[in-house]
Amino acid sequence: MTLKDTTAGMTVRIDEVKESPLKQRLMTMGLIPGTKVEILNSAPMGDPIAIRLRSYNLAMRKDDAAHIQVTAI
Amino acid sequence: MSAISVALTGNPNTGKSTIFNELTGARQKIGNWPGVTVDKKVGVVEYKDRKFSVVDLPGTYSINARSQEEKVVSDYFAENKPDIVVNIIDASNISRNLFLTVQLMEQGIPLIINLNMMDEAARHGIKIDEHKLEKMFGMPVTNTVGRSNKSVRVLLDVFTNTRMANYQPSEIFKQHIDKINAIKASGQSPEKIDEEIITARYDFIDKVMAEAVTVSAASPSLTDKLDKYLANGVTSLVIMVAAFYLMFQIAFEWIGQPLADMLGEWFEETVAPAAAEAMAAAGVADWMQALVADGVIVGVGAVLSFVPLIFTLFLILSFLDGTGYMARVAFVMDPIMRRAGLTGKSIMPLIMGYGCGVPAIMGARALDTHKDRMISILITPFLTCSAKVPIIALFAVMFFPDNAGDLVFVMYVLGLAVAILMAKILGHTVFNENQSTFLLELPPYRLPDIKTVLLETWDKGKGYIIKAGTIIFAMTVVIWFLCSFNSEGMTDDMNESYLASIGSATSVLFAPQGFDTWEAGAAIVTGVMAKEAVVSTIGVLYGADEDAVDTDDAEGTSEVLMTTSMATAFTPLAALAFMVFTQLYSPCVTALGTIKKEAQSWKWMGFAFVYTCAVAWIASMLVYQVGRLLGFE
Repeated sequence: MTLKDTTAGMTVRIDEVKESPLKQRLMTMGLIPGTKVEILNSAPMGDPIAIRLRSYNLAMRKDDAAHIQVTAI
Repeated sequence: MSAISVALTGNPNTGKSTIFNELTGARQKIGNWPGVTVDKKVGVVEYKDRKFSVVDLPGTYSINARSQEEKVVSDYFAENKPDIVVNIIDASNISRNLFLTVQLMEQGIPLIINLNMMDEAARHGIKIDEHKLEKMFGMPVTNTVGRSNKSVRVLLDVFTNTRMANYQPSEIFKQHIDKINAIKASGQSPEKIDEEIITARYDFIDKVMAEAVTVSAASPSLTDKLDKYLANGVTSLVIMVAAFYLMFQIAFEWIGQPLADMLGEWFEETVAPAAAEAMAAAGVADWMQALVADGVIVGVGAVLSFVPLIFTLFLILSFLDGTGYMARVAFVMDPIMRRAGLTGKSIMPLIMGYGCGVPAIMGARALDTHKDRMISILITPFLTCSAKVPIIALFAVMFFPDNAGDLVFVMYVLGLAVAILMAKILGHTVFNENQSTFLLELPPYRLPDIKTVLLETWDKGKGYIIKAGTIIFAMTVVIWFLCSFNSEGMTDDMNESYLASIGSATSVLFAPQGFDTWEAGAAIVTGVMAKEAVVSTIGVLYGADEDAVDTDDAEGTSEVLMTTSMATAFTPLAALAFMVFTQLYSPCVTALGTIKKEAQSWKWMGFAFVYTCAVAWIASMLVYQVGRLLGFE
């Protein structure tokens, strides 16, 4: 499953951040394998989404979320 | 004794600017870092007979030189060795904030770790053991509660008493550096090395977190509750539209415009006559009197009339920005903006474009990429700023009395449609270097620090007065000259003036649009100076008494003008073409000057002028020619 396939209210753990132009920025922002992520809310039409990790909230587009492999916990 | 140099660094949304403002107050200078449109803020503070010179580095998440801000910070540390570096940390968000700390320390920069917003962290169930944190990094740790004078004095005491040379990274941090060096020497691809280094940094941070920070479950925060409405689904869109409506009401109806009107009136009724009297009494030459009365005073008045509007808009926007709501606006609008080839963050500058293009163009500097900034700047001129409304209203009422309201609306939509179309075209041609992205922190809602809001408003507003003021002032004088002179000297008959010659030369260009009269040409030329000038020029040139041409009253003006030759100078189709042209063509000189400043190039200013004129020329020609083919006149 990728972060794109999650729904609001879920909590997941990051398995892998796949190659993408944003990869290093995502990792710098703390999206590292093993990090716990909560899915919060989404903009109209469901994209972008807001997530919480490391006690802060971050918004990203679903296209970018598709590069992040996660497991539900 | 020379001043002690202090550099403040930290992530965005940590309250760093608030601390800087509390430290330095109004004794700060704001300039630009060389080569980039990032504000450089430097301030001076004196405390216990010591002088401190403080620089507020731009807020960044890291120093990888991927953005302008990051480049500024990494260049700064490459070239400067400040006596004291303070790393401001949002204590409620310590884990990600420490990434920059680790990265700075890897560069061998000793720093004071300042935990800000400890009160907020406590509310979120986050407890930080400062002593243990100090041990983990080997660097001094302090704490502040954002906007309190006491906190700031504590910091100043620390600055006075701390000798950074006495601090060494801890053993555990030295082990971390060894690990980083081993990764760098591993001979893997540069990307792989970068990623392993990032992971190693978070490994170290996780160790620090386990040692010095306890996180207990807290009840859902106010931010979470608010975001269920302000940043979720369709409700958020409705609330946002209402918020913007309110903002424009405040700026244009309740505060900004009334103040602008009062100022304009005072200038016209008090300052202008007083100046005229003084000059007459002093026996100043006639031409000089005319220049000051009709040129300088009118010009300064034009600048002044923008000031209350701009300040009110900036004040509201700075306040909203300080609350954290602006990040939600970008979030909510991203789905719509993305389809136009932009990002959610471009919405703010564009919305402002419906009021005035100048703050809109300045607002584009908040965008992430060069591409987003440039596209946003270059499409702003197509939007219907408040100064274009009188033109549209006048022509609509005069030539399409039965459908005037609809036509005004159509013009708004046309401006927006062309803006979106040009965004797409520019994004695929001139600026195809990289795709736009959207990765945005949604900071917790906070009550903004009033000092910071006021300083920000003043700083932006002041910039407008100085830069735009000089240009619009100079242009007013030039236009006055063109209206009042011809090759034989001063003339009272505008029909004989340089402006008439320029107007007729310009009008040749508009034969395909059906409005090739010299009056229309002259109105278009003066409209480049200020869009408000189009209606007044037309009024004067078609012989209406100047006082009858009130730009706020389209119906009254049109009744007067209907009795003049203007009624027959334009066919309805030509009038429509003229509306389309003035809706889309060149931004006014104030906006052009702002583009020059923000894009930091004359070339882009020239481009903005030429391409908007070309788009307007083609669109208005299409309207006229296609209209004729369809049998309209």
